[in-house]
Amino acid sequence: MTGPQPLRIRSVLSGHPVPAILISYVMAGFPRFDDTVPMLLAAEEAGVRMVELGLPYSDPLADGPVVQAAGHQALSNGMTVAKALAQVQEARAGGLAIPLVVMTYLNPLLRMGLGQFCQRAAAAGVDGILVPDLPLEEMDELAELAADHRLAMNTMVAPTTPDARIAAAGRLSTGFIYCVSRTGVTGASGASRDEGTALLLRARPQTVAPLVLGFGVRSADQVRSVAGLADGVVVASLLLEEASVASRPVEAVARRIRELGA
Amino acid sequence: MPALEELQEQAAIAFRDPEFSDSLNNLLRDYAGRPTPCYLAQRLSDRAGFPIWLKREDLLHTGAHKINNALGQLLLARRMGKRRIVAETGAGQHGLATATACALMGVPCVVYMGSEDIRRQAVNVAKMRLLGAVVEPVESGSRTLKDATSEAIRDWVTNVRDTHYVIGSVVGPHPYPWLVRTLQSVIGVEARQQMLEQAGRLPSRVVACVGGGSNAIGIFAAFLDDREVALVGVEAGGRGEAPGEHGATLSLGSPGVLHGARSYLLQDEDGQVESTHSISAGLDYPGVGPEHAWLKSTGRVDYTSVDDRQALEGLDMLARLEGIIPALESSHAVYHAVHLGPPEEGPVLVCLSGRGDKDMATVLDGDQAR
Repeated sequence: MTGPQPLRIRSVLSGHPVPAILISYVMAGFPRFDDTVPMLLAAEEAGVRMVELGLPYSDPLADGPVVQAAGHQALSNGMTVAKALAQVQEARAGGLAIPLVVMTYLNPLLRMGLGQFCQRAAAAGVDGILVPDLPLEEMDELAELAADHRLAMNTMVAPTTPDARIAAAGRLSTGFIYCVSRTGVTGASGASRDEGTALLLRARPQTVAPLVLGFGVRSADQVRSVAGLADGVVVASLLLEEASVASRPVEAVARRIRELGA
Repeated sequence: MPALEELQEQAAIAFRDPEFSDSLNNLLRDYAGRPTPCYLAQRLSDRAGFPIWLKREDLLHTGAHKINNALGQLLLARRMGKRRIVAETGAGQHGLATATACALMGVPCVVYMGSEDIRRQAVNVAKMRLLGAVVEPVESGSRTLKDATSEAIRDWVTNVRDTHYVIGSVVGPHPYPWLVRTLQSVIGVEARQQMLEQAGRLPSRVVACVGGGSNAIGIFAAFLDDREVALVGVEAGGRGEAPGEHGATLSLGSPGVLHGARSYLLQDEDGQVESTHSISAGLDYPGVGPEHAWLKSTGRVDYTSVDDRQALEGLDMLARLEGIIPALESSHAVYHAVHLGPPEEGPVLVCLSGRGDKDMATVLDGDQAR
């Protein structure tokens, strides 16, 4: 089992000038409760260099319809924070070696206790966390606890984020900055590449933190188009759609990851 | 966050600008119908054994206190140069108020409403559409107010450059609870003055229903410093205390974060937000305004609940004794004021936050069930 190493995230992302690494999004407990571990292992085998594991939440404000539906199904399947962390531990025991970042909304963490969560996440083999409904102004407590447990804290910015705030997001990040490629929610169709590109160009001089582009990435072309601008690209809705319709979801997602050129 | 900071700055400037206050006060007076009467309900008082005064927000244009907030936020949106409005609605009263203010000011309006609520509130949906608003059904989650709120927030963050989000209660991220409180505090300011003039004294107790809590904060705000005035917030007791059967967030919930505010929340042991039930769609919300959580913790306000059956009884009672059909939300406060308070020495003031037209179908269903 790999222990938590916040620097792993940075080292995986800092390979310039190489193409941006592919990061796949996996919803814990989706499409079936027991799919999480095989999905994580298959993603690594298909070539992704990092994985973002979503923990389902009843009111996922930053997610579009596809991620919402996946989360809803995962909750119906009985997924919880504690059970998802147990699955991470299982995946590590099964050989998962790439960095894993947990994306979760704040309330389930508050319920478990922020310190308790960080301790259990680190013990399970999580490398970093991303909490989309926790603004920078409120992040200190969780950031300190994350640091205590050697978990990387990742932050988010959008095309509407002013330069000074991007710089602040960079100062708080011990992992990457998640750049939302358009204002709004995940998976919106027709993601504006120009808006994402503009954000990346604007963000780069503000921070030394690696930049990861997400929200609305759907094709290998899109992945290639940000090479040299972004350090990583997250693919979420596309893979969840694939998983929700396929009879063999793990294989289908792995095939799609290969098509994206991981 | 930058949009919230901009809103806070602009609202603070607007509230100090006499031109803004004049525009708002003129609209509230000439268009919405302020000041609303403060009425001594004599036959209801005879029943209770002590005087009960009603703050008649039910007489406002569109039928509830929601118009106070909608007009204020629309004027604010205009100052901020926002050309499109989004809102959420549960019972439809806030959506109707927002659609009305948008029609008045010629601004396009999208109202998010849970598909379950659309089914329950067909008349308000038809009214909003008549006023030119687009009513977007929300199919996610429990298909009620909390999901409509999430969807409105999603729209807002996607279109934040030209769109203003008119939230309907004292919930959501700062500055919204403060903004909505400020716009609703006209209820209490008027009522306090009216009680002094008409009753010759302050009420011994003020009672208001609490869903998100905007009418309650609105009327309580003016009395917070009057330590001799007891304040009571009445939540939806629904069908019982089991999870999913009520909307009594302050009475039965625990601290948590929902829609950008830390307050009390109905949640399960894993921090997932629970579904709610109330006979009144306006109290059917698993969160509550953060200031109410504060007022509960300081003990300044007592929070309690009234169940579905009692609320219907409150509605019947006010209809028969006073010829006033209250909204089911307000009926919770009416029932509590008459039956559940301590024996009174002085007058009780009830915030009659809305009228019952929208609830006729529910009342008829209830009659059939009885």
